[in-house]
Amino acid sequence: MAKIVGGVTTSHIPAIGIAITKGLQNETYWKPFFDGYIKVREWLDRVKPDIAVVIYNDHGLNFFLDTVPTFAMGAAAEYHNADEGWGLATLRSFKGDPQFSWHLIESLVADEFDMTICQEMLVDHGFIVPMQVMWGERKEWPVTAVPLSVNVVQHPLPTAARCYKLGKALGKAIESYPEDKKVVIFGTGGMSHQLQGERSGFINKQNDMMYMEKFVKDPEALTRISNAEMMEKFGTEGIELIMWLVMRGALHDKVNTIHTHYHIPVSNTAAGVLVLENAA
Amino acid sequence: MVWKQHEYDKLPGTYVFDGRMAAMGYPLNKMCMSFNDEPNRQEFLRDEDAYCRRFGLTDEQCTAVMQRGWLNMLRLGGNVYYLAKLATFSGKNMQDIGAQMQNIPVEEFKAKLVAAGK
Repeated sequence: MAKIVGGVTTSHIPAIGIAITKGLQNETYWKPFFDGYIKVREWLDRVKPDIAVVIYNDHGLNFFLDTVPTFAMGAAAEYHNADEGWGLATLRSFKGDPQFSWHLIESLVADEFDMTICQEMLVDHGFIVPMQVMWGERKEWPVTAVPLSVNVVQHPLPTAARCYKLGKALGKAIESYPEDKKVVIFGTGGMSHQLQGERSGFINKQNDMMYMEKFVKDPEALTRISNAEMMEKFGTEGIELIMWLVMRGALHDKVNTIHTHYHIPVSNTAAGVLVLENAA
Repeated sequence: MVWKQHEYDKLPGTYVFDGRMAAMGYPLNKMCMSFNDEPNRQEFLRDEDAYCRRFGLTDEQCTAVMQRGWLNMLRLGGNVYYLAKLATFSGKNMQDIGAQMQNIPVEEFKAKLVAAGK
């Protein structure tokens, strides 16, 4: 049977991808951020996942505002990256696992999470930056991937509670897959930031700290925060933290924290990293 | 016909991208989506007004685009993730845009971000 080896939270800021492409990881501005990933990469080398389920949002590459799926899952054998107009280098493609994807989709839909099913899906920085920060220097991606895109762009967004419940159903779906596969889940985005309006530049360290603590110990408390309150406390773009809850829901109620890291700023954003494993 | 009021409407200096904004900004965001392709970026730069008209932007939206008035584009329904495509090939990053929206120098904007981490 498939097994969830753990979950990782990570930022997906495009500037990170640009920094990796330019080889700036050891520059003064970037080093404190990238140092936060040393332990993550060591952990990944140790647990050796076969599959990564990446929870992210599309920023206008695969989806436009003409059609906005609340939740969409890839079911392709290969996922391509492309020019999204943000100045990132186009990366090599990612291998998918259609059988695994379709199993997840069938299980999720049976559990009343009606996924938009994508047999072709371009993946943008929301997906590729997390992959790059984990394994960017490798010639081959060491995992196959399942993109799970969440609408955090066009309001109304799904609630935090809905994201958490989706995670519960996702965890059940993964663990019922009959093949012996090791699965890691990346919950991407965040932390606090606001890119728009006179309030742009908003970051709140104290709220981020609260979020990271509750995320580990009491995630259900976070599911009671309304989206309006999320935007007030974490900024209009920081609301994407609700995507982390999909990952958290897929893990058990009790988890062990393997690693934690927090850094301000990357571009306009606070960046939070957590590596969690299910408690035995 | 009225737009529903929301709890988030009270947030200062914030333009939540909901149905009202999306409906108003659709042509502007659709134009920005076309900037995923380099030939379209070049065509836009050759005649910005004509390119805006082709996508059906209002006069106000056209003016905001040509002035690179980020706050005005936002108020007229632009979504920040789509406006970022225009910003990138206009040589601007998110700090430049943020600084302009706050009407402060970009160095001051960056310093505030750093200070938030202290």
